[in-house]
Amino acid sequence: MRINPDKCVACGNCTYVCPMGAIYIDPVIKRATVDRNECVECYACFNGLSQEHLNPTMVRTMRKVFQFFRLRFDPEPDVCPTAAFDPEELEWPRVVRRAFSDPRVPHESTGVQGRGTEEVKTNDVSGRVQLGEVGFTIEFGRPGVGVWFHEIQKMTWALAKAGVAFEKKNPITSLMTDVPTGTLREDIMDEKILSAIVEIKVPVARTEEIIQLVREVEKQIDTVVALGVGTRCDADGEDRLVAPILERLGYNLERAKTNIGLGKISNPVEEVRKQETVLR
Amino acid sequence: MTNTLHRFGDAESFYDDYVVFAIPSRGKNDKGSVPKLKQFLELALPFNPVNLGDAIHGGALRPSRNMKPTSHWKRDMTPDFRAVIDGIDAPTTVAAVFDKRVAAEDFVKTVKQADLGLCINVSTSIDGAEQCCHAAGIPRHSVGYSLGFEGKTEKLPNTQVLMLTTMCGHGMISSSLAKKMIDWVKEGRRTPDQAVTYMARFCSCGVYNPSRAKRILEDARSKMK
Repeated sequence: MRINPDKCVACGNCTYVCPMGAIYIDPVIKRATVDRNECVECYACFNGLSQEHLNPTMVRTMRKVFQFFRLRFDPEPDVCPTAAFDPEELEWPRVVRRAFSDPRVPHESTGVQGRGTEEVKTNDVSGRVQLGEVGFTIEFGRPGVGVWFHEIQKMTWALAKAGVAFEKKNPITSLMTDVPTGTLREDIMDEKILSAIVEIKVPVARTEEIIQLVREVEKQIDTVVALGVGTRCDADGEDRLVAPILERLGYNLERAKTNIGLGKISNPVEEVRKQETVLR
Repeated sequence: MTNTLHRFGDAESFYDDYVVFAIPSRGKNDKGSVPKLKQFLELALPFNPVNLGDAIHGGALRPSRNMKPTSHWKRDMTPDFRAVIDGIDAPTTVAAVFDKRVAAEDFVKTVKQADLGLCINVSTSIDGAEQCCHAAGIPRHSVGYSLGFEGKTEKLPNTQVLMLTTMCGHGMISSSLAKKMIDWVKEGRRTPDQAVTYMARFCSCGVYNPSRAKRILEDARSKMK
């Protein structure tokens, strides 16, 4: 993302809305400027700010007059008065920032908007996590911290070493050059993104081991980690296996996403088979 | 997306936060799902949702691409549910957000009766979701627990800022904006209703809960946690 200095009036609204805090008013040119190293190309500024199309010279003059008389200028905080944002054509590997940060861009690997996947949300038709299995979503960088791929790789390496299976329909897995070792593409190591989710599946018996492993690797990673644990309920809708393990490990289970099982496979049979073949 | 899973707060703080969403699975039930997704949101309307949204176009409050200078004094803060429903043009995740448990329960019952065949999820406190299922006579199929935030949590902002920002699970609402809105409400520069709409326009999929956000801002006005 770039900000057109000919249009920018340095109102400062965009400095607050950047989730990474990557926009600042450059004291030399007196225009809003994007720190390209920190910008994750999430497009929150471009997509979230309303746009006016005021004359920049007029707005700058008004601002100077208000400033001279020490008048408080109280504009709407979610507006770019001169539509100064210029989205740029992103090239590899920088484009991967947007793929993992702008939720409106679907991943080619999953077809799902954003950087995530279907997880247990579609488990009633996908059968992704079966009884006796646990699906982990290990999310890095959220909320509002961001993460570099070289940090994520520390976790994928550790998980691969532990012999876990990475979810195939997952954007991070699709960027691995060597899935058995959890090695990611070398050319994306220095790209920063808003967040990413590593997904794995293990037998219930390994739940505690994986959580302990994640906790250990977290110490070496310079960002926040959000852990999600998905499981299949039994016939009467209860989870008698995983929740007790999590509670024993000291987690207060406050919030969950519950798949209520109303999904039905409705696509033509040949398409369902094709999808399953791709995943095999 | 785990976009609603990691909303920050204890179970009690979700008493006014129920996200019911429908998602078609790629290759399983996505063909011909657009009319069903629209129907899902239509079915939500009688139960007074506080937000509707889809993951491609956003929620019921959206930014303007061509705002007039005079609109500063008369900005429309009314959620446009019709625009959300009419705007769905491809298989995607759609969500209806409620601030009352009874409404969420009744909606889940209605969705069950409609038999849309889409994958339906309820995201709220564990008890809240169980009650929705119980009311509709549905056993839970699968559950995804949030274990919260770990790692370098010293990088996170304070509790109320976190509660406001994590309601956009995609991270499009910055902690700086949330903090600024709390400050503006405290200063009396904006009402909680106004502050909420500024933040909601950044949510790219419409799962932001304006009702809960308003309550958090009102709490923050008198006491920062």
